[in-house]
Amino acid sequence: MKFRSHTLDNGLEIVAECNDAAYSQGVGFFVRTGARDETDEIAGVSHFLEHMVFKGTPRRSAEDVNREFDELGAHYNAFTSEENTVYYAAVLPEYQEPTIDLLADVMRPSLREDDFEMEKKVIVEEIQMYADQPPFGMDDKIKELHYGKHPLARSVLGTVDSVESLSPEQMRTYFESRYSPGNLFVAAAGKVDFDALVEQVASRCGDWPAQEVSRDIPAPKSGSKFQCVHRESATQQYILQLADAPPSEDEDRYAAKLLATIFGDDSGSRMYWELVDPGLTENASMGHYEYLGAGMFFSWISCDPAAAKANFDRLAKLQEQVENQGFTTEELRQAQSKVKARVVLGSERPRNRLFHVGGNWMQRREYRSVADDLKAVDAVTLADLHRVLKQYPLSSPTTVTIGPLAEWAQAK
Amino acid sequence: MPSTSQVEQRTARTHRFANGLVLIGEPTEAVQSAAFSFMVPNGYSKEPSNRLGLSSLVCDMVLRGAGSRDSRALINDLEILGVERGESVGASQTSFSAATLAANLNDALSIYADILRRPHLPEGQLDAGKLVCLQELRGAEDDPSQRLIVNLRRRAYPEPWGRPSHGDESGITSSTALEVNEYWTRTYQPQGAILGVAGNFCWESLVEHVESLFGDWKAVEGSPITEPTIKQGPVHVSQESNQCHLGIAFPSVPYRDPEYLRAWAMVGVLSGGMSSRLFTEVREKRGLCYTVSASLQTQRDRARVLCYAGTTAERAQETLDVTFAELLRLREGVKAEELERLKARIKSGLIMQQESTSARSSAIARDWYHLERVRSFEELGRLIDELTSADINEFLEAHPPADFVFATLGPAPLKLPESE
Repeated sequence: MKFRSHTLDNGLEIVAECNDAAYSQGVGFFVRTGARDETDEIAGVSHFLEHMVFKGTPRRSAEDVNREFDELGAHYNAFTSEENTVYYAAVLPEYQEPTIDLLADVMRPSLREDDFEMEKKVIVEEIQMYADQPPFGMDDKIKELHYGKHPLARSVLGTVDSVESLSPEQMRTYFESRYSPGNLFVAAAGKVDFDALVEQVASRCGDWPAQEVSRDIPAPKSGSKFQCVHRESATQQYILQLADAPPSEDEDRYAAKLLATIFGDDSGSRMYWELVDPGLTENASMGHYEYLGAGMFFSWISCDPAAAKANFDRLAKLQEQVENQGFTTEELRQAQSKVKARVVLGSERPRNRLFHVGGNWMQRREYRSVADDLKAVDAVTLADLHRVLKQYPLSSPTTVTIGPLAEWAQAK
Repeated sequence: MPSTSQVEQRTARTHRFANGLVLIGEPTEAVQSAAFSFMVPNGYSKEPSNRLGLSSLVCDMVLRGAGSRDSRALINDLEILGVERGESVGASQTSFSAATLAANLNDALSIYADILRRPHLPEGQLDAGKLVCLQELRGAEDDPSQRLIVNLRRRAYPEPWGRPSHGDESGITSSTALEVNEYWTRTYQPQGAILGVAGNFCWESLVEHVESLFGDWKAVEGSPITEPTIKQGPVHVSQESNQCHLGIAFPSVPYRDPEYLRAWAMVGVLSGGMSSRLFTEVREKRGLCYTVSASLQTQRDRARVLCYAGTTAERAQETLDVTFAELLRLREGVKAEELERLKARIKSGLIMQQESTSARSSAIARDWYHLERVRSFEELGRLIDELTSADINEFLEAHPPADFVFATLGPAPLKLPESE
């Protein structure tokens, strides 16, 4: 696998991990924009815009866009997070050019009013769908509670009200301020003809006008809070926890991921043996999530409401225990094996490599090969884990719980 | 624009053991991993009707210690080998799948030989196993779309074929250690078992290794259970929620039917890719929902097309009417361009399947289960290339969507279309 990169005159970067032995390629446009770049007035605009990108351009209707992707046999989708909006497709290599043609075109969407009003309904349906399923919006709520008024605490979906009040003009203003060639890039992985890719992107995107784009990255001021939300119609009780963790820029993120694997992977971890294996909870896990300037250790428990308080206490005890006693060499070795196997197995699909290549470029403007990642995982020591744990303790997180319990104090 | 990518030439090899176990291997040097899918002839259709969920319970229990390893050592050793694993209970088969670095394949298989043949089924952990299964049941209650599909399947299939794999509370709680043991003895056996392996390995060495692990596995004479049928459940399940969930099912042909590919293509035109009919009519043009889909679900002897949509309660009637209208419109036939687009997606998917050893290992095991042979990539590619819209329309003439079954979940029932 070979890494190639190139920057167009207008600042648009193109990066690729080229693997001639692959059967397919993954390619995408990665935009440095998301919920954190919004204001209250336009809450949900990044995600709504992600939908609108597929609804047509000056030379293609929405129907044309859908039909052409399908004609290319593309497996494609898009997603929006607090920081990023990504549009990607996995295609056979011979479709590289038409795929770039289509993707580059939709990146300059028309945002027609009819399409806008129709798609608004779909977004509202999506919001309602998530509101009806666990964690019933508490993933947004916990960020608000933990970070207060911080950009990362913004909801990606927005609310029904904020979305309904959006206008195409507001979306266009947002689009023009964020989708500038210096604020997005093209990433590709797999069987990629890089020289042709540069030509193809340059011919479609080379004339996009460059524009200054900035982003505030204020240091978060987080505090441990607790909230119990009553939802009578739920069957299970859900407990979410959020604690600070190493951010994207921090090399300690490898240690953080291993720490999270040992403590809360959905199999073979401390949380698994204490809470899942004995059948005390339906799910109990913890993961590490990285953002610019902030990281999260995010934990999740779902269980019978009658057992919720006891499980909360068990988790607290596990957290206290690990802070007092640390981890063992055995645990670290096992987690390293597990994570390395996942990296290797994952690397066999170009689409997965696309997200690694794109993700690394997005957060750090850096390329990491599979070998680099394996080396970084192997290099983590117990001392690293304990250092991270000291700097980012698990034992005073923000907690939100939702379910049939009317009051937490009432739980036994 | 026609594609030029070719599937890699790979040959599936087969070895039938005297005890009934079938081993299928499709080696390739193009990858660093190896994966297997081990199917044993245990599934929810074999559960006594007062022990629904017994298959899931056994599937949980076999991982609680096996051979020389207690439950902790078992999980830990699999993780040290870097095994990514999954277990799934189906109608007549329970699948154990695992993927790992090629060098660890044999060690992983040895551990699975213990799991399947020498599980401890520790009585002291039976309560824990039951709790895990009950937790899964409770969790399913909180996912409205999952609840809807469970109800739709129960209504669409004759007993016992539409049961949910997670069973029910009384079935799980009443299961005894003896029953778990007896059920495992009867159903985790080589007669009807299939082991599919894909990835970087040597066939001859694999046969030798599997022979050493499973050659002396004893087949068990089966005795089918005849059970009284269970009532299939109401059309509408009431739930206070923003969204209403609706399902429509109709019969189709199973995988081993010579016409399966035509049925599969028909469903692809309905719901594969964003230019498909349901996505276009229900979501794109009318904005009625975020999720709308149809899929062809096959068992060995029967199949159903299952359609689903989730929408806010006020728009549910319109969503149902528009979705149903699309099912009826299918009877008028599919267009050549719809099929061409679908073929492009299918071909991409086939070629990309080669990249994943775990996808391939479960595909070859599944092929054997349905067809008693493996379809090579080339054969499948050729069959798809040869398919025409006239073929599909011929199929639609003979098997128009009909005999619809409905299920809804939400604040209020809906007016059901009149089935023709």
